[in-house]
Amino acid sequence: MATATLVSAGTKARVEQGRGIRPSGWTGFLFIAPNLLGVIAFTLIPLISVLVLAFTDWNLVSGIGGITFNGLGNFVAIARDPGFWHAIGLTLVYVVVSVPLTVILGLGLGIALNRPLPGRAVLRAIFFLPYIVNVVAVGMTWLMLMNPKAGLVNQVLDVFGIRPGWFASSHWALPALIVMAIWGGVGYCSLIYLSALQDAPRQLYEAADIDGASAWAKFRVITWPSLLPTTIFLLVTLIIGASQGFGLIALITAGGPGDATTTISYYMYQTGFQFYRFGYASAIGLVTFVGVLVLTLFTWRAQRGRALND
Amino acid sequence: MTRSKWLWGIPLWILAIAFLAPFGWMISTALKPDVDAYKIPMQWIPHPFQWDNFTTVLSGATSVLPAFGRSVFVAVLRVAGELVTATMAGYAFARMSFKGRDKLFLLYLATAIIPAQLLLVPRFIYFQKLGLYDTLWALILPGMFTVLGTFLMRQFFVSQPAEFAEAARMDGANEWRVFTRIYLPLATPVMSALGILAFVWSWNDYETPLVLISNPDRYTLPLSLTNFVDEQGQIAPGLTMAASVISIVPVLLVFVVLQRRFVAAMTHTGIK
Repeated sequence: MATATLVSAGTKARVEQGRGIRPSGWTGFLFIAPNLLGVIAFTLIPLISVLVLAFTDWNLVSGIGGITFNGLGNFVAIARDPGFWHAIGLTLVYVVVSVPLTVILGLGLGIALNRPLPGRAVLRAIFFLPYIVNVVAVGMTWLMLMNPKAGLVNQVLDVFGIRPGWFASSHWALPALIVMAIWGGVGYCSLIYLSALQDAPRQLYEAADIDGASAWAKFRVITWPSLLPTTIFLLVTLIIGASQGFGLIALITAGGPGDATTTISYYMYQTGFQFYRFGYASAIGLVTFVGVLVLTLFTWRAQRGRALND
Repeated sequence: MTRSKWLWGIPLWILAIAFLAPFGWMISTALKPDVDAYKIPMQWIPHPFQWDNFTTVLSGATSVLPAFGRSVFVAVLRVAGELVTATMAGYAFARMSFKGRDKLFLLYLATAIIPAQLLLVPRFIYFQKLGLYDTLWALILPGMFTVLGTFLMRQFFVSQPAEFAEAARMDGANEWRVFTRIYLPLATPVMSALGILAFVWSWNDYETPLVLISNPDRYTLPLSLTNFVDEQGQIAPGLTMAASVISIVPVLLVFVVLQRRFVAAMTHTGIK
């Protein structure tokens, strides 16, 4: 797609006329208008106002008249805000632990589910189920399952003599959220991997079989390279998703105990909707967005570097 | 072959049962008296079966049925609106040629990567100004005009042959007729895939109503599940789980009945 946009407009128009597309003038705009107007009203204008609000000092209570520009003030404040850095640290831990584990387990599960198995279709559905159930039902269930005294999880762990405090403990609350995230995302990853595995080059496997290649060699030389684009896709979408992880935190821990699960998106929510510091919240949102964008591009580039070396 | 089938199958089934355990617990708890919810060791088969939890959750003052209805209302309008605007725009981006089309499309793609949370604050302010805050329209309207839906539909229409349109234009059909009579019927599988996804997103949405709805009389289903928590944060296990089970049923039905389309939709949303 990127290359297509690089082709000059003139060439493109001629090519497209050959393909049966002719200039439609205003009719094309009319087709797009209903969607475009909605996107402008509900996405673009709010987006532009985040950009503006990020440079203002505004407490909702003071009304629109109370908006004052303070230049880079919010960003200077962010740099000095221990709460922000604490939240960034937690978010990084959450992303760096949950995303790779979800992808690796999803890969293993995807490969396993691609083999002939008794009840394969049912198995696929079971692993995918957590992904489609709403966060409140899931959150409420886990909250009770991870009850430190009488929850099912600790009843099982009692066999091994451990009793984590989960959401009641500032050490265990984040790991508990990570466990839930992995449980929710593994099935999704395995499903995406499954569809990629179906497209894997069959002839290469047959050739490798003739050469007597080991299963590990086949995985390393054929399967893994063919799955690399899928892996990058999953890493990128999961990083973006995990860095926004918010629903479960708002529902279960409200950032606590203390600030043990106040990740960056929850910190932004608190700043905006509990303390009504909308200007500062917008600046946090903006900084986070840029951070995630850099992280995403970095992941993307890492893949390109690998592809060039191979 | 068959032996290795079971060799792999058995551990996977054990893992699958562990994955299902939370749902088993959910259903079991929905059917038992609250005193049994945290019994040690856990009692999987409720005794006696407390069907009252479901009756309470479905009728009377605490009924989730009104919230269920609101969720249906929101989902239906969102899905219908998204399908109309996304097919039209997707078609134009793919099969029509006009000035600035590709630049506009690039702008669309750029907005697609913006995290929804960044927009929470300004949307909150806007909907207050527009008088839509604390109404279901705050949930419906943004969902009707999505970039992702447009992108999906565009990807489909791009792959369709142009010759059909040429032939129809030769017969004197205008652009609207070409779109509705020729390309739209071809698009029904993609439209149903997008429809399923849009339904599931709408049905499960918790964050938007959390910020934009404050009156419990306008709660959609996910928010209403939090109704069974008292001031001290104590959850009524039976009622919460009964309501949770009810909230899952529609998505589960969509998934089971339309599994193949659903899976295709999931795997093709961004990857191809």
